Amino acid sequence: MKTAIIVFPGSNREKDAEAALTEITGKPPVMVWHRDSELPKVDLVVVPGGFSYGDYLRCGAIAAHSPVLREVKARSEKGMAVLGICNGFQIICEAGLLPGVLMPNAGLKFVCRNVNLRVETSQSLFTSRYEKGQILSVPVAHHDGNYTADEKTLDELESRDQIAFRYCGPDGTIGGSDGDPLWNPNGSARSIAGVFNRTKNVMGLMPHPENAIRELLGSTDGRGLFQAMAEALAA
Amino acid sequence: MSARVGQQITPNLIAEHGLTKEEYDLILEIMGREPSLTELGIFSVMWSEHCSYKSSRVHLKKLPTKAPWVIQGPGENAGVIDIGDGQAAVFKMESHNHPSFIEPYQGAATGVGGIMRDVFTMGARPIANLNALRFGAPDDPKTRHLVSGVVAGIGGYGNCMGVPTVGGEVNFHPSYNGNILVNAMTVGLADADNIFYSAAAGVGNPVIYVGAKTGRDGIHGATMASAEFNEDSEEKRPTVQVGDPFTEKLLLEACLELMATDAIVAIQDMGAAGLTSSSVEMSSKGGLGLELDLDKVPVREPGMTAYEIMLSESQERMLMVLKPEGRDKARAIFEKWELDFAEIGVLTDTGRLVLKKNGKVEADMPVAPLVEKAPLYHRPWSPTPPQPIITARDVKAPQDLMAVLKKLVGCPDLASKRWVYEQYDHLVMGHTVQRPGGDAAVVLVPGPHGRPISQKALAMTSDCTPRYCQADPKTGGAQAVAESWRNLTAVGARPLAVTDNMNFGNPQRPEIMGQFALAIDGMAEACLALDYPVVSGNVSLYNETNGKGILPTPTIGGVGVIADVRKSPKIAFRNAGEAIYLIGETAGWLGCSIFLREIEGREEGAPPPVDLAAERRNGDFVRRLIEAEKATAVHDVSDGGTLVAVAEMAMASGIGAALQARPKESPDHAFWFGEDQARYVLTVRADEGEALEAAAKAAGVPLRYLGRTGGSDLTLAGAGAISVAELKAAHEAFFPRLMGAAK
Repeated sequence: MKTAIIVFPGSNREKDAEAALTEITGKPPVMVWHRDSELPKVDLVVVPGGFSYGDYLRCGAIAAHSPVLREVKARSEKGMAVLGICNGFQIICEAGLLPGVLMPNAGLKFVCRNVNLRVETSQSLFTSRYEKGQILSVPVAHHDGNYTADEKTLDELESRDQIAFRYCGPDGTIGGSDGDPLWNPNGSARSIAGVFNRTKNVMGLMPHPENAIRELLGSTDGRGLFQAMAEALAA
Repeated sequence: MSARVGQQITPNLIAEHGLTKEEYDLILEIMGREPSLTELGIFSVMWSEHCSYKSSRVHLKKLPTKAPWVIQGPGENAGVIDIGDGQAAVFKMESHNHPSFIEPYQGAATGVGGIMRDVFTMGARPIANLNALRFGAPDDPKTRHLVSGVVAGIGGYGNCMGVPTVGGEVNFHPSYNGNILVNAMTVGLADADNIFYSAAAGVGNPVIYVGAKTGRDGIHGATMASAEFNEDSEEKRPTVQVGDPFTEKLLLEACLELMATDAIVAIQDMGAAGLTSSSVEMSSKGGLGLELDLDKVPVREPGMTAYEIMLSESQERMLMVLKPEGRDKARAIFEKWELDFAEIGVLTDTGRLVLKKNGKVEADMPVAPLVEKAPLYHRPWSPTPPQPIITARDVKAPQDLMAVLKKLVGCPDLASKRWVYEQYDHLVMGHTVQRPGGDAAVVLVPGPHGRPISQKALAMTSDCTPRYCQADPKTGGAQAVAESWRNLTAVGARPLAVTDNMNFGNPQRPEIMGQFALAIDGMAEACLALDYPVVSGNVSLYNETNGKGILPTPTIGGVGVIADVRKSPKIAFRNAGEAIYLIGETAGWLGCSIFLREIEGREEGAPPPVDLAAERRNGDFVRRLIEAEKATAVHDVSDGGTLVAVAEMAMASGIGAALQARPKESPDHAFWFGEDQARYVLTVRADEGEALEAAAKAAGVPLRYLGRTGGSDLTLAGAGAISVAELKAAHEAFFPRLMGAAK
């Protein structure tokens, strides 16, 4: 699997993603500066977390219009895999790779803590190493993670198996759609933490699987995501 | 400040610049003429308390600053220590008290930005932030607004920079009602052979300005930080700087990229007193002169005067001296990161600072006297009168120990700080082993590409017990150092060095100066006894409002190294059925205790004495146990005493404990809530209790069996029980309740 991580000014979890990919897949990714003219030929593009361009406008809005993102979008339409994490999720939503938008957290505060995620499907190149219904412990760290889309889009996401993860309780209980503050850290619609595009080669999620790869640091539940991608995209 | 160009230097203007008549006379002597307005402004900031340490220098000299592992002690942007494997930890703590009271979000944010700049100026990538915050009484009408703004500001800056905020302190006391404390600490990682310093060298080398543009914000911040507050202080809002963490993130990456080349001769961040202090410090350390063309300084708005450019405290700026051949490489890097890069001057051999604007010389002054002749005051001081020793007999015995415990774990100073630290990204970079809530934060040491290369970790903590310092500054100073050392020990670290952030009132009052002098004495003794030198620090005086000082608060930021992080214990009980022990001697010291304050409403008495030999003996014993992987959970005993420590271990794990009755000779409240020092609570496997007792005896370490872990209640023989869940609910309630109505 060849991977590129897109680095924007203000990205700050690109090294976390680099470390996770290198350690779990054994293959160090290529770091691509947003102004580099050419996106190398890769199987997977990761758009990492951070505060691209300071997020002074709407989160991810400026990065979404960068030339490199246009190229990422074009290739994703031809089947290349794309993973957007946190700010990366915001960016690829803004760029139209995924439906919906990430609004400010319902509590209007930054929130950093481990959350429980329920795996909603194992039918994807990102989640094949998990069981449907499996519960993962993965941290979140964001101010704008409140996933929002119109009802029709949400219904479609559900009916087409496009929801990857939901925030849940330790036993898998899902809070209400307006968000049980205990389990849903940001008020996301229908407790959605991560979604796919229709063809399931693009996934975005707010939580940080790249920070859940070491027992010492509290969880290894994020490893399965990287293992699944490496298996699916093995050249 | 009402400074205009071409203005006459009047006594009024001199006073407005915070200079005394004697200081102005010295300026006349140095200059041999009347200074220009710009020159007066430069003298004023260089000789401000904030920059010159004129009241504190004579005392700071007493602190030990050397050890074989110290690479750089006080005097640079940050301290540097050797942590093995060719790596160095670079760290410092600095206050941003006055700006944070006036404008909490920006004040705290720029405090965090400033301290990170101090660290990456030395060539280190910041890997962790800590914050020691002290607010007024929870029910003071301003407190909620200040807590809300300060926490959001710290998070807003640190989160965007991608540096985890891993620990700190939050306390409340009415003495901070009009003057909160925001002390920010950054720990960075550098290659031990690639540290950058500020001494300029090489006549003819170009002086380069990089980073953000200069605006009119923060003019005279250093002078403001050197004066007391009064009713008009809020009018000083324009002297607070505005932070831009995004630009600082770019500046960090650009500087580190440039530092990987050999282009830099010297580098200094523009913090307090901006371009003035950076240019003066670089040239004075190098014994050189400096000529600057202020027309070349990137500015945010046209028409800025030399005075404004030199005194602006706009953030996210750096001054560098480059090798001439490194210029193009450097320019390319800064252009890549879309930052300003301007060659604004040149090093000269004149020993003078010459500033030109519009072809006119605005200042021409000798550099050395700005630093060397800065006023030095041996201010008169008087010792704090000794406080009476309070024994258990002087204090009413509580009826219901469990009710007392519940109240204590829920009181403002001991309550869970979850509401605060969940607003800080404490996980970014992917190395945080011990998150906020333990005795000390523990962070894996990253190697290249963000991956840890070994099991080596850094432990860090910030500590001070201001109520002890108020009652007895010397004991309080020693206690702050000892507690810091103990917290690092409790996670299995070898404590290496500290940074100190001295927050005190008006030094012109002898009783305040006495607090300062004696706190330093206590700190010096403790640092010496524990081989725990001071490598950097900051002094913040004039923390008073309308003549009323804060509790003396010498905050200690400690850093230690853990060889194998897998052995580092947490405070949480690990398993049911383990034996709980108390290490250290318990006399039952209630003076200045949280128990006395929260339950009896009394803030009085002498604080617990600090026995540094016992501290060292007990701590070394605990560290050896951890290294031998015998201790399954460890917690230092501090605020609230032994029962609170046990309760915290239970709450962190959800596992209860059954405790034996206290020893007969020690009354309940003294034994369980006394704050005697040099103590730890730890657990071992049940079958290892005997071996532990033998080892403690052999080492001469006082040890007492407290009970056993297990169940979901905390029970105390003869005193009843309380469920861990009930304790936890009380522990978690304070902040959400306080902040519930805050926006």
